[in-house]
Amino acid sequence: MAIEINDRNLKIWSTIGPRATFGTSALEFVKEYKDLMIITCDVSTSAGLDRFRKTYSENYLDLGIAEQNMIGVAAGLASEGYNVVTTTFAPFQVARCCEHIKVNAGYMKQKISMVGIASGLILGNLGYTHCCIEDIGILRSIPNIQIISPADCLETIKAFEACLKSDTSSYIRLTGGSNNPIVYQKDYNFRIGKSVKIIDGSDISIFCNGAMVSECIKASKILGDKKIKASVINMHTVKPIDEEAIFNELKKSKLIVSVEEHNIIGGLGSAISECIVKFKNSTPMLKIGIDDYYSKGGSYNYLKDLYGLTAEKIVDSIENKINE
Amino acid sequence: MSKIKKDQILSFSKSLKKKILKMAYVAGAHSSHFGGALSIVDIVSFLFCSHMKITKGDPLNMNRDRFILSKGHACLAYYAALCEVGFIKEKDLETFELDGSDLLGHPVMNRKLGIEFSNGSLGMGLSLAIGVAIALKKKKKDNKVFVILGDGESNEGSVWEASMAAVKFELDNIFLLVDKNNFQQTGSTNEIMQPNDLHDKWKSFGWSVESIDGHNIDEIADYFSKPKVLKKPNALIMNTIKGKGFSFSENNNDWHHAVLSKKLYEEAINELENNGN
Repeated sequence: MAIEINDRNLKIWSTIGPRATFGTSALEFVKEYKDLMIITCDVSTSAGLDRFRKTYSENYLDLGIAEQNMIGVAAGLASEGYNVVTTTFAPFQVARCCEHIKVNAGYMKQKISMVGIASGLILGNLGYTHCCIEDIGILRSIPNIQIISPADCLETIKAFEACLKSDTSSYIRLTGGSNNPIVYQKDYNFRIGKSVKIIDGSDISIFCNGAMVSECIKASKILGDKKIKASVINMHTVKPIDEEAIFNELKKSKLIVSVEEHNIIGGLGSAISECIVKFKNSTPMLKIGIDDYYSKGGSYNYLKDLYGLTAEKIVDSIENKINE
Repeated sequence: MSKIKKDQILSFSKSLKKKILKMAYVAGAHSSHFGGALSIVDIVSFLFCSHMKITKGDPLNMNRDRFILSKGHACLAYYAALCEVGFIKEKDLETFELDGSDLLGHPVMNRKLGIEFSNGSLGMGLSLAIGVAIALKKKKKDNKVFVILGDGESNEGSVWEASMAAVKFELDNIFLLVDKNNFQQTGSTNEIMQPNDLHDKWKSFGWSVESIDGHNIDEIADYFSKPKVLKKPNALIMNTIKGKGFSFSENNNDWHHAVLSKKLYEEAINELENNGN
């Protein structure tokens, strides 16, 4: 990877957030991946792609506010050998054009890397048309699509490059906003489908991804003060799910916890529990996420608190479960 | 167009009809989309017999023109043409819609058989064509992309999303062939969603549009021999007859998706041999 990972860049990426990090990293990747084509639906500014649009106009297409067509055009380009990236706000990148994704990327296996910007609850002030708590559930049911939810801006870049290298279609789910907490202070080994254990604890195991990773790291520290040793596992890839990591935690853990900025139906928690039933096991599981309803809208912090997705609320839920 | 060429196309078209009858008969109770395949037989024959760049025995040739059957349910005509040019084996046509077949009731992408894309979910073909057409232009290739779109299919909103994009990107290498047979699944197009003004619609979206009799080989040949407007995508509205060629099926929407009995199969073969169609 030509992009330099140093303290200065980590700080810049964190400040600008995952969307702009994605957009600016494309300026570097296009030098290496000559067949890169980035397709958007009138969101170049929102995706941090303004400079890319101006500098690499040959590698950029704006298809207007028409997401169904975007997926078909992407598949047509992919079928002719281009390395195609599509991006728009997560609800429109996934749900609006869902069947086009199914037919083109799933059924026909035309390789497209789809980037859903501002997924989860970050746009809560705009209401649930612009929040996205369903994308993972929708896409998990379509064969031939990898689903990745990066923990921070560095992981966004690493996931982006891994998708460019992969032969399979992917969905990169970007959560959180600007001033994004840094999870990874230095370079590390990122592989699609291979989770990363960030904290090793012997009592309970917390699986999480996206912006929830930094909350869970904080939660683990609070739990530590209360003599509960909690592992934190960054399940950046929801599909294919890292079964080995789940199995390893099951062997030693008293409680499996999933934390996600997504409906608890269909997301990370569902993927983990589907995996757990394959093993002979009776470890209890706690799924923390959005409990299948649309609340009133509000700021990111307001909604995280409401759904129990702050470090403190995660700790409360875990303690309640332990004390049941 | 020379008489020899025209006779070749007519004979190709007759051969496709025979194959369509055979497949429809083999499908038995599975049923087949008979009417909508017959309305496109003549344009498909013109394209595959004489117009498109195709290399015999080499369906993957990068210098081929691309053909996309957006109204995928009309695949009987597509499979028959791919067989006629040697990409699909004649005996494989008899696996149509059978268990595990490569030739289902809607095309499944299989480049070795010449099937460019999977189609069947309506309103997706033109978007694919745009991606392919942009790619061809970027690679400075002069190959064309031919798309067959149904008039019923034109109810789909994604068709009109694609319509705008093809104009924006000045894709004059796209030929959109609109099969205007005036029927869709449960009735006339007029009755279901009134798309009878397709010529004006495509024109108003900025396409270069002409309308012809989609069964008249001379008119089809004339259209393609004329110079085209630069930087504009081409739409050809083809006035066609659903179920064309057989007295029992012409303009009879019961044949949108129906079972061809042994009796009707024999009757149809008879008509084909005697009437010349």
